[in-house]
Amino acid sequence: MAQVRVLVGTRKGAFLLTSDGSRDGWKVDGPHFGGWEIYHVKGSPADPDRLYASQSSGWAGQVVQRSDDGGRSWEAVGNEFAYAGTPGTHQWYDGTPHPWEFARVWHFEPSPHDPDTVFAGVEDAGLFRSTDGGGSWEELDALRNHSTGQSWQPGAGGLCLHTILIDPANTDRMYVAISAAGAFRTDDAGKSWQPINKGLRSPYLPDEDAEVGHCVHNLAFHPSRPDTVFMQKHWDVLRTDDAGEQWSEISGDLPSDFGFPIAVDSNDPDTLFVVPIKSDLEHYPPEGKLRVARSRTGGNEWELLTNGLPQKDCYVNVLRDAMAVDALDPCGVYFGTTGGDVYASPDGGDSWKPIVEHLPSVLSVEVQTLP
Amino acid sequence: MTSVTVALPPHLRTLAGVSGNVAVEVPAEPCIADVLDALEASYPVLRGTIRDHGTLQRRAFMRFFACEEDLSHEPPDTPVPAPVVAGRDVFRVVGAIAGG
Repeated sequence: MAQVRVLVGTRKGAFLLTSDGSRDGWKVDGPHFGGWEIYHVKGSPADPDRLYASQSSGWAGQVVQRSDDGGRSWEAVGNEFAYAGTPGTHQWYDGTPHPWEFARVWHFEPSPHDPDTVFAGVEDAGLFRSTDGGGSWEELDALRNHSTGQSWQPGAGGLCLHTILIDPANTDRMYVAISAAGAFRTDDAGKSWQPINKGLRSPYLPDEDAEVGHCVHNLAFHPSRPDTVFMQKHWDVLRTDDAGEQWSEISGDLPSDFGFPIAVDSNDPDTLFVVPIKSDLEHYPPEGKLRVARSRTGGNEWELLTNGLPQKDCYVNVLRDAMAVDALDPCGVYFGTTGGDVYASPDGGDSWKPIVEHLPSVLSVEVQTLP
Repeated sequence: MTSVTVALPPHLRTLAGVSGNVAVEVPAEPCIADVLDALEASYPVLRGTIRDHGTLQRRAFMRFFACEEDLSHEPPDTPVPAPVVAGRDVFRVVGAIAGG
């Protein structure tokens, strides 16, 4: 029977949750790296025993941890993220130029095919690549050096590159998202990039449909249909069917189209999940009800999933990298809250239960489906 | 060469895989940079956690204390106090109290 391993990053350590394919009983292993912020943990699709973890603190900075045995043991690997050349400046919150300064790794995206190749999305926004299992890192600086780069401004969480999608059939094509610059695509393995933000409207910008400046919170696609990408923006849920050349809003009947994560059902590229949050000032669910919204139609028509989720006095948030799916059928859906709970649905969202409670605030959730 | 003893904050002890103070070999009449260089040579995992990789500047919330003095703002070529070199005190790397 297949196994499922859930990789949870929290404000105070990493936790690994394992279950068999029934996804009923769960074993909790952790904390790993107790007391450190773990922004992200992700496994290699090519070797599920290879894990990468982003470990950081305001005191000691960035550490990168690698496991070669599925998280039983870890080794600190390279943590030098030097921007290529003379980095120059981006815009600060007040509009003044601000030097590009590395703060932390928000997201690791291992190559679909090579366990030693992994991409890191960092704050201040940049994309790095390692081809030696995290031992050393090289910036793909064409992104940061895009002609718009000097105009990028941080969102409330910093100027962070938080989302990386790699087309598994054509790894030269990647999508990234930056808060608050927007979405970008490369078709030549990072040698050049183009902003892909047509159709986005952001009233907090002087020009609401500007080429860059949009606070994109998360992107997701189904690996079998990489030209169709779904987006949870600061406000609005959108989709593109032409690799980002044009986006259209699919918020439809959501109770709020503000939110952070977005995920696609592993068995159906037209089924997607978001977690409605009341507003950008109130980072908690509308009406104190924690609900996952599911669309089976690729957007616009949404049903609110509540079975097993708290429907009273719930004021947690679900952050952008804190929702993921497994590869079983029916699809398992998982998300973690800032209240320290991780919820799982083994039936595509129809029913939920917490698989661990009272962890530190959850920053990220990833899922591995193991043979 | 001589030996000085360095006290690390708990997180860095864990990262370095040590349970107490560590001794590092430094040149006679060492300066602050000599101690940090030796520390990072003995425990490469600490590179980037006390000083920035490129600039070798002290990270903002890491402090250096010895002999009841704050050496954090002293230049890297500042001599290590004699009692530390003589083994009567330790060079302390301290995580600043910050964030509540």
